[in-house]
Amino acid sequence: MFNNLSDRITASLKGLRGHGRLTEADVDKTIREIRRALLDADVAVSVVREFTGRVRERALGEEVSKALNPAQQVVKIVHSELVEVLGGATGELSWAKHPPTVIMLAGLQGAGKTTLAGKLATWMKGQGHTPLLVAADLQRPNAVGQLQIVGERAGVPVFAPEPGNGVGNPVLVAMNGVSTAQFQQHDVVIVDTAGRLGIDEEMMQQAREIRDAVNPHETLFVVDAMIGQDAARVAEAFRDGVGFTGVVLSKLDGDARGGAALSITGVTERPILFASTGESLDDFERFHPDRMANRILDMGDVLTLIEQAEKAFDQKEAERAAQKLASGEDFTLDDFLVQMQQLKNMGSIKKMLGMLPNMGQYREQLENFDESELGRVEAIIRSMTPAERNDPKILNGSRRSRIAKGSGTTVQQVNQLLERFKQAQTMMRQMGRGMAGGGMPGMPGGPGMGMGKKSRGKAQQQPRVKKAKSKNPAKAAREQAEAAKRAAEGAGSGGSAFGAGALGSGGKGGAGQGAMPDLSDFDASQLPPEMQKLFGQGR
Amino acid sequence: MLRLRERLARSGSIGRGILTLLTRGAVDEDTWDEIEETLLLADLGPDATDELMEALRRRIQVLGTDDAAAVREVLREELVTLVNPDLDRRLAATVRTAPDGTEVPSVILMVGVNGTGKTTTVGKLARVLVAAERTVVLGAADTFRAAAADQLATWGSRVGVDTVRADRDGADPAAVAFDAVKEGVAQGVDVVIIDTAGRLQNKKGLMDQLGKVRRVAEKGLHGDTVAEVLLVIDATTGQNGMQQARVFSEAVNITGIVLTKLDGTAKGGIVVNVQRELGVPVKMVGLGEGMDDLTPFDAYGFVDALLGD
Repeated sequence: MFNNLSDRITASLKGLRGHGRLTEADVDKTIREIRRALLDADVAVSVVREFTGRVRERALGEEVSKALNPAQQVVKIVHSELVEVLGGATGELSWAKHPPTVIMLAGLQGAGKTTLAGKLATWMKGQGHTPLLVAADLQRPNAVGQLQIVGERAGVPVFAPEPGNGVGNPVLVAMNGVSTAQFQQHDVVIVDTAGRLGIDEEMMQQAREIRDAVNPHETLFVVDAMIGQDAARVAEAFRDGVGFTGVVLSKLDGDARGGAALSITGVTERPILFASTGESLDDFERFHPDRMANRILDMGDVLTLIEQAEKAFDQKEAERAAQKLASGEDFTLDDFLVQMQQLKNMGSIKKMLGMLPNMGQYREQLENFDESELGRVEAIIRSMTPAERNDPKILNGSRRSRIAKGSGTTVQQVNQLLERFKQAQTMMRQMGRGMAGGGMPGMPGGPGMGMGKKSRGKAQQQPRVKKAKSKNPAKAAREQAEAAKRAAEGAGSGGSAFGAGALGSGGKGGAGQGAMPDLSDFDASQLPPEMQKLFGQGR
Repeated sequence: MLRLRERLARSGSIGRGILTLLTRGAVDEDTWDEIEETLLLADLGPDATDELMEALRRRIQVLGTDDAAAVREVLREELVTLVNPDLDRRLAATVRTAPDGTEVPSVILMVGVNGTGKTTTVGKLARVLVAAERTVVLGAADTFRAAAADQLATWGSRVGVDTVRADRDGADPAAVAFDAVKEGVAQGVDVVIIDTAGRLQNKKGLMDQLGKVRRVAEKGLHGDTVAEVLLVIDATTGQNGMQQARVFSEAVNITGIVLTKLDGTAKGGIVVNVQRELGVPVKMVGLGEGMDDLTPFDAYGFVDALLGD
């Protein structure tokens, strides 16, 4: 089973290395894989056709056949084309010269307009504007009530003169809303409208009437990220029916690949302005074309991983661990346990590792990894007395058999854990020393690229660990973005610049499982014990 | 059913498209590609499309024909096979006898991602049941979204049934579900329909919560289980629909699918995949915002509508 495009293309170009040059047939094969990957991601058929056409042209050109690794090169082309289509269409909200700026929301039923109205208002308020929400969805039962509650939560006034539930005229409400805003000196008006189908002429007419009545500076088309092939048709219908100026992608916190983003920008050439990514009112952000491209291609999402890590990790805990380490204290089983729990807080390890680029090749091992193994380790440590956790050396045979009994494991398993712990402890000691003496080592940057693989591994190990402990999210993000970029561009070096460091630096806080190996130099012996176990090679 | 066909056919149909292509004479590779794309356009997904294409190719080869009627018949048969009309699509909606001998209502739990139309479907389903002279109690276990309980209560009063709801927003949905079941048992009604909050299937905590709603609701059932768990899928949903069905099925073991918003241009082809992989039948389809826009799913009707007869 190939899960992502990168894997697929690599597979379809396998055996090619022998004869170097890409033939037209090779490219055709690759294009078919790309097409299928895009279709899997719900990109509209017409957009796929056009897109693959462009990729084909570029792939047949010089840049691929001369590349050392054609597969990587093709992936890079696809990615950059994607970013271009998605990103060429990012834009800014246009503000009115004379306030209020009127923003009208339109979309299908259940796309998330009312919720988005609240989020948009919250965001604007944060930017120092004074928005007014206008409840012009008089169709759905209690949509007005919902907007009122949303407005209350956002701390933004709501103009809702009509009770809704089919009573009242939305055009009048919208018009009065805008004049009320003028009167009360709100500088932004957000008009929430009822959900409607593109083919419902009556409702589209109503939308046009609302539009003509309030003369919006922006009409935002709200669309659900999990929409399928219908996206292109719906977007066209709304473009022709109401004429939207920008797109908002909602429910991006789900696991849909979101090919709709490409369909819509491809078909309508309107910019995607915002993404809505969660249930709370501040889960709202500007649209990132590069992240979206990665997502559509299922190419691993390092940034999301880092964000998740930041959410899950307890800052204080990490600082405490770092201090402890720096002061030369020993790393105990308790610390080990804490780190493991933090790791678990991030959710499924499988999923997390899956987010790393280049993990495709280890997918099979990943599938076999048993997450309950972590639970067993936890049980073993929890079966120890505090004294034993602080100083595992006192664990003699009888203590070990007691622990095994207490945790429902075997003495062998306890021994294995202790062995692994000892390795981790040694590693932590080395790091501790490095930290105490070394000051602030430089960030691994350009020079790292030039070094040999082995030396690079060593050179990067320390700074990364240091960073992990300093827990500076901004720095981590910057570094990862850089690393990801290098990985993407690393056709020649096979993306080797990017190690499992994301997991280590962004991820582990205290770096309990130690070093961050270079994935391309993937070798069981280099891996920290927990990682080894992850891939089933430590057992 | 006529209405379903009418509405499905409104935007042109894959059937007609394919037919024109097939009957163009010699069927070459490009044509097959185009057929494939047409099928994909209905959100059938690459897997189901491949399967269908292969079967179609084989049959056409065997028949050695490019006769319009024959090709059309083959395609229809293949689609019907995929949709499988033999699945049991009845909905449990009568008083049942619990293991301890108590009479308990059939409990229907509505689940799905955000914005698919769960609350609306609950309202419409209540309406259908009331029309069939069943007694109904609604449970507003969507305590998360602003004014969701009000929305359901509005539906409840429209069709004249009681709505059990929490006294505040953010209450424990499982408790509301339990109260609704208790109220249903006390009133001796036929059906209790529980509306839950929309949740994205990758939110582990929310999926666990859904499992809890189900378990706690069953505590009031004297040992009986929840009769139906209906997953509401929006017809516009693409390939993610499969993932939704999988995860919801793991969490609460869905027994049926309601395909909503089929009145738009979307075909809802993803349910073919869901049925194929999970064996969970589509039981009902929603065709609009009106009170009576909920009909039972009919496999032949669905396929015929896709083919545009």
